[in-house]
Amino acid sequence: MPDMDKADFLSLYRQMLLIRRFEEKSAEMYALAKIAGFLHLYIGEEAIAVGAIAALRPDDYVISAYRDHGHCLARGSDPGKVMAELFGKATGLCKGKGGSMHLVDLPHRFMGGYAIVGGHIPLAAGLAFATKYQKLDLVTACFFGEGAVPSGQAHEAFNLAALWKLPVIFICENNRYGMGTPVQRAVALYENVAEAARSYGIKAERVDGMDVLAVRGLMRTVVDQARAGQGPFFIEAMTYRFMGHSMADPSHGHYRTKDEVEEHRKRDPLLVLKETILNNELCVESDFKQVEQDVTDVVASAVKFADESPFPDLATLHHDVMAEE
Amino acid sequence: MVLSYRDALNQAMREEMRRDEKIFLIGEEVGYYQGAFKVSKGFVEEFGPQRVVDTPITEAGFTGLAIGAAMAGLQPIVELMTMNFGIVALDQIVNNAAKIRYMSGGQLSVPLVIRGPGSAAHQLGAQHSQSLESWFCHVPGLRVVAPATPQDAKGLLKSAIRDQNPVIFIEAQLLYGTKGEVKEGDYTIPLGVAEVKREGRDVTIVAYSKMLLVALEAAEQLSHEDIDVEVIDPRTLKPLDLPAIVNSVKKTGRLVVVEEGWRFCGLGAQIAESVYTAAFDYLDAPIVRVTGEDVPMPYSRPLEDAAIPDVPRVVAAVRSVCGVA
Repeated sequence: MPDMDKADFLSLYRQMLLIRRFEEKSAEMYALAKIAGFLHLYIGEEAIAVGAIAALRPDDYVISAYRDHGHCLARGSDPGKVMAELFGKATGLCKGKGGSMHLVDLPHRFMGGYAIVGGHIPLAAGLAFATKYQKLDLVTACFFGEGAVPSGQAHEAFNLAALWKLPVIFICENNRYGMGTPVQRAVALYENVAEAARSYGIKAERVDGMDVLAVRGLMRTVVDQARAGQGPFFIEAMTYRFMGHSMADPSHGHYRTKDEVEEHRKRDPLLVLKETILNNELCVESDFKQVEQDVTDVVASAVKFADESPFPDLATLHHDVMAEE
Repeated sequence: MVLSYRDALNQAMREEMRRDEKIFLIGEEVGYYQGAFKVSKGFVEEFGPQRVVDTPITEAGFTGLAIGAAMAGLQPIVELMTMNFGIVALDQIVNNAAKIRYMSGGQLSVPLVIRGPGSAAHQLGAQHSQSLESWFCHVPGLRVVAPATPQDAKGLLKSAIRDQNPVIFIEAQLLYGTKGEVKEGDYTIPLGVAEVKREGRDVTIVAYSKMLLVALEAAEQLSHEDIDVEVIDPRTLKPLDLPAIVNSVKKTGRLVVVEEGWRFCGLGAQIAESVYTAAFDYLDAPIVRVTGEDVPMPYSRPLEDAAIPDVPRVVAAVRSVCGVA
């Protein structure tokens, strides 16, 4: 590996572990009814958000679907403000107006989580359209699941992005299930969902979504290409959702077996990276323990911050519906 | 100067696009075709294809793209060839444009105009003859404008373009060729302000868009029967200038609301409810609504005419609230 660097690898590990522990704690808080509504956990898929976003500049745009905590945290959002948003508190990223599925952090150029499947993909094309229109060398990274690929809005966005050579990277997190429906029963070309983009002339590549270094490596290449004006790219990152679709589907469910879940857990993205680091003798076990301790502290203070924060003042109910003069 | 409604819209957009490079026009046939109804005549020649963007026939895709571009700081004008096609983009309008500011706790803005002709023209059939303003008015987060005269069209469109909210701007095919006096130079008309189009003391008619012309003609006829009608055009449907309507009703004690849209859950029902709440004690008679019939628009001319409010029906409604047989 050409760019092996202890601090760099540990930083990736730390970000993935932060998402993992944050999500585990979110599940706990959901059980305690501190968090309500829909809660879709990113556990098992951390390498994609962390790897892909690591290849971006701070001023590039990122947009996601409803399973969005991981992308937001990988973008650098304050875990306390994210947790406070899940708690519905005034100190949340969106002042408690958005919730789990609609995190937004404009200073970090995280342009939101959106919960109508496929509906944010045209927005991504629009962010990229705007940067090209303004002659800025920015790219837009758009995350969605394989369940969004057959949607009409995805196809309309693919066509527009290809037609106008927009600098957008479509990152399909193929976790093999759209809720409980396996990709084989949802996408006609299920063995190669990237064909949906290729059919519009968009270049596409599959990557091991459990390997953060592989994701980042591919992303670096295609981000450079997009930034240089070569148009959109489609990444199909193969991954697996270790948890249920949402907290309403907490285990393996009726649609998949426990054995299948256990099999995929053997390629936990945290284990994959840790093994690489250890095999290359970059770190020792105590380094990981230190990261674990740091992350545990960060998540604990995020929960404390969320818990101690006030609920929004009822006077804010009507705020921010419209921009007023 | 005397201008057609079409040319007034053309001037409004042209002046605004000259003023601010962030403004661009996007839609089907807006460029080289000069606009399906020639509203953007000469635009691609003046502003170039980067700012006058012809799209494929994918309303959800390009409306979503425009919303994304607005989130990134541009000010798009989306032309829908007809408002009927806005139904295809309704997910983008309702779930994204209208909600993004609120869901983000005020972090994101969607300064965007979506404009095009609504209502029936002549024998265009059920799918091209709809008045959908009450749908849009129902959704928090949108402004809705429906001008009837060239002067209002120009001044309101300029305000809509400068507004930081998503604005649905409803024109009418049968109004494009109508002419009227238009103020010289750069003027705007504020959104949310009604105008008394004809003063009278016996009864108030509220009517907008094409129906304003019907109401004014009815008022003229009724003047020969010694019924003095006041006609108010709200011009902006949301926010509605209720005080202007209430002031008129306090004077006349009688109200007829005319709208081309379907009766059930139509905008007139909301206007009536608002007036009942604000001015019940001033009413000398129940409010009467004149509306489109609750049918898909038929093709055959006599059937179509029967489905749309006309002068005789408005005259009859006014006579009935005045107790004249």
